[in-house]
Amino acid sequence: MSNQQDRYAEMFTRLDAKNEGAFVPFVMLGDPDIKTSLDILKALAEGGADALELGIPYSDPIADGPTIQQASIRALSHHIHPSDCLEVIRQFRDIYPDTPIGLLLYSNLVIKPGLDKFYTDAANVGVDSILIADVPLREADRFIDAANQTGIKQILIAPPNASDETLAEIGKKSQGYTYLLGRAGVTGAETAATIPASELIAKLTQYKVAPPLLGFGISKPEQVKEAISAGAAGAISGSATVNIIAQNLSQPKVMLTKLREFVSVMKQATKK
Amino acid sequence: MNHLESKFGQYGGMYVPELLIPALDQLEQAFIDAQNDPEFQKEFMELLTDYAGRPTAMTLTRNLVSNPTVKLYLKREDLLHGGAHKTNQVLGQALLTKRMGKTEVIAETGAGQHGVATALACALLGLKARIYMGAKDVERQEPNVFRMRLMGAEVIPVSAGSGTLKDAVNEAMRDWSATYDKAHYLLGTAAGPHPFPTIVREFHRMIGEETRAQIMAKEGRLPDAVVACVGGGSNAIGMFADFIDEPSVKLIGVEPAGKGLHTTEHGAAIGKGTKGILHGAYSYIMQDEDGQIEESYSVSAGLDYPAVGPQHAHLHDIGRATYAAVTDDEALYAFQLLSRKEGIIPALESSHALAHALNMADEAEDGSIIVVNLSGRGDKDLAHVHSILGGQTNE
Repeated sequence: MSNQQDRYAEMFTRLDAKNEGAFVPFVMLGDPDIKTSLDILKALAEGGADALELGIPYSDPIADGPTIQQASIRALSHHIHPSDCLEVIRQFRDIYPDTPIGLLLYSNLVIKPGLDKFYTDAANVGVDSILIADVPLREADRFIDAANQTGIKQILIAPPNASDETLAEIGKKSQGYTYLLGRAGVTGAETAATIPASELIAKLTQYKVAPPLLGFGISKPEQVKEAISAGAAGAISGSATVNIIAQNLSQPKVMLTKLREFVSVMKQATKK
Repeated sequence: MNHLESKFGQYGGMYVPELLIPALDQLEQAFIDAQNDPEFQKEFMELLTDYAGRPTAMTLTRNLVSNPTVKLYLKREDLLHGGAHKTNQVLGQALLTKRMGKTEVIAETGAGQHGVATALACALLGLKARIYMGAKDVERQEPNVFRMRLMGAEVIPVSAGSGTLKDAVNEAMRDWSATYDKAHYLLGTAAGPHPFPTIVREFHRMIGEETRAQIMAKEGRLPDAVVACVGGGSNAIGMFADFIDEPSVKLIGVEPAGKGLHTTEHGAAIGKGTKGILHGAYSYIMQDEDGQIEESYSVSAGLDYPAVGPQHAHLHDIGRATYAAVTDDEALYAFQLLSRKEGIIPALESSHALAHALNMADEAEDGSIIVVNLSGRGDKDLAHVHSILGGQTNE
C-alpha cells in the first residue's frame, strides 16, 4: 500500500492560508512506555502540533545528546520493539487522519528488517516521512528509492556547514520538508540554535529545497518566532519536549497537561 | 564525492550524520595529499624509526612447536614504543591532524592501548588530547588511565549505555560533530566511516611489508600463512595488506570466542554476527532481531567490540581471508605458554592469534612457515591475568 495523501503539502497550504509557520514537536515512541506514548501523541496534537516527528528507540544514537539518549534508554528498558512503535502510530492515525507524521531514526533499524519491509510497514500505519540521522546524502539513494516505492517522503538534512553542491543536491532530492540544522553538534536544549542567516535561507530558496523546518536547540517560543521571521517554514523541538516527559515520569496527568501547554505556547509563536 | 573508494565490496561507506561529511572529506583529502608528499612521508618514517623503534624484530620461536620442520615466527609489534602496534597509525593520524591545521585530538579507547598511543603522540607533537573511555574500563584499566593522564591527555569516563568501548566511540563521535573545526577524531581501529578503514590500513601497512622482507631474508620465500587477532581489525589488516595479492599466503584472522561461540558472551562479529551498520560502516556486527546492537564480551578488552572493520567483512565474503575464533581459556593458555617457553609475555589480544597459530603448527605439513603478528605486550594484562589465575599457572 502506498500513501497517496500528501499531508505535508496540505499542511503547508493550510498554514500559508492562515499566515502561520509549522510547529513540530519530537518525542521518542515508547517513552516512557507504550500506553503513555499514545497519550503523549494525543496531547501533542491537542496542544496544536501541526505535525509530529517521532523517534524509534535505538541502542547507539550517535547524533543525540543526553536528553534523547535517556528517552531511548527508558523505552528500551521496557523492551519496546520497532513494531510496537508502529502500532502506536497506527492507533494515533485512526484518530488524526490528517496530521503529518515523520519518523526520525537510525539506519540499522531500517537495514536489519530490510528497506522494502521497513518502508512498507511504515507506510501501512500511515507514516508520511522518514529521516535517518546517520544516512547522509551520499548514502541516501537506495533509501530514497524505497521511500518513492511506498509513497513515503525521504527527509534530508541541510547542515549549517553545507556546501553549495550539497544544497543543490538536496534541492533535487528533497521531499516533504527539509530538516534545517540550527547548529553543529548533537540534539539537546543545552546549546541554543543559531537563527539561520538570511543568506542561507535565500540559498535554500534558490536551490528549491522542500520547505525548511529549523531543528536542534529549539526550546523557546522566541526562537520559533525568530526562525519563522528569518524565513524558515517552521520549527522542530525535540529535547525540550522530551524533558517535560523526563521531569514528570511519576505524574502522567501533569506530564500530559504540561505537554499540551508547551505545544500551545510554541504554536502560538508561529503566527506571523 | 569521494576520491578514494569508500566501500570494500558492499561493506564500509559513510553512515554518519550529514554534519560530519565535510570533516571526513577534509580528512580524505589531507590523507591523499600526505601520501603523495615526500616531506610528510619522511617525517612519518623518521618518527617510526627514531621514536617508535621500527622495524620491529622477527623472532623464530624455539620451544613452542613439536614438529622441528615447522617454523613459527613472531612479528614483534610488542617491542614497539607504547607496547603495541597502535603507535604506528596514531603517529600517522597525529601528523595529519597538524597538516589539517587542527590543534585538538579526540579519541576513544577500550583497554586504554589506543588511548595511551594517542596520548604519547599528542604529547610529542603538541596536540591537546581528550580521550573517551567507558566508565567500567576506566576502573578496570587504572594503570593505562594514569599513563594517559601522565602524558597530558584528558580522560573522560563515559557511563552511558554499557560503559565500554562502543559507548566511548559514540561519545567521541558526538563530541566531533560539535568540534570538527579544530579537532580531529583519531579513530583507533580499521573500522568506522570512510576514510578511516583505509587510512588505518595504510598507516599499519609496514607490519606486513617488514614481515615480507624479513621472511624473504631468512627463508628465501613467502610464509604459508600470516595470523593476527581481530577486534576491529587494525593489526590484522596491517599484516594482511601486503599479502592480499599473494594467493599462496593464507590470511588468518582470529576473533574472540569469549566463553564460547555457543554462548552469548563472545565478540566474534564475523563468526556469529550478521550484516548491519555500526559507527558509520556497513559490516558484520552483533545485533538482535530488531537491529539493536548487542554487547560483546572477551577476556581481552582490545577485542571486545561488537563489529569488525569492513575490509575484513569483504575479505571473508570473497574467501581471501579465513576467520577463526579462540576462547578466553585457549588465549590464557597461550599467554602462559609463550611466557614460559619463550620468555615473552604477550598481550591477551595477541594471545588469541598465537593460540590459533599453535593449533595450525601442530597440523601443518612439514616445512611450513607461519607468522603470528604479536601485536602487543602483556604488561597491561598482568593484574587481570593474575586475578583470573589466582596465582596458579599452567605448565
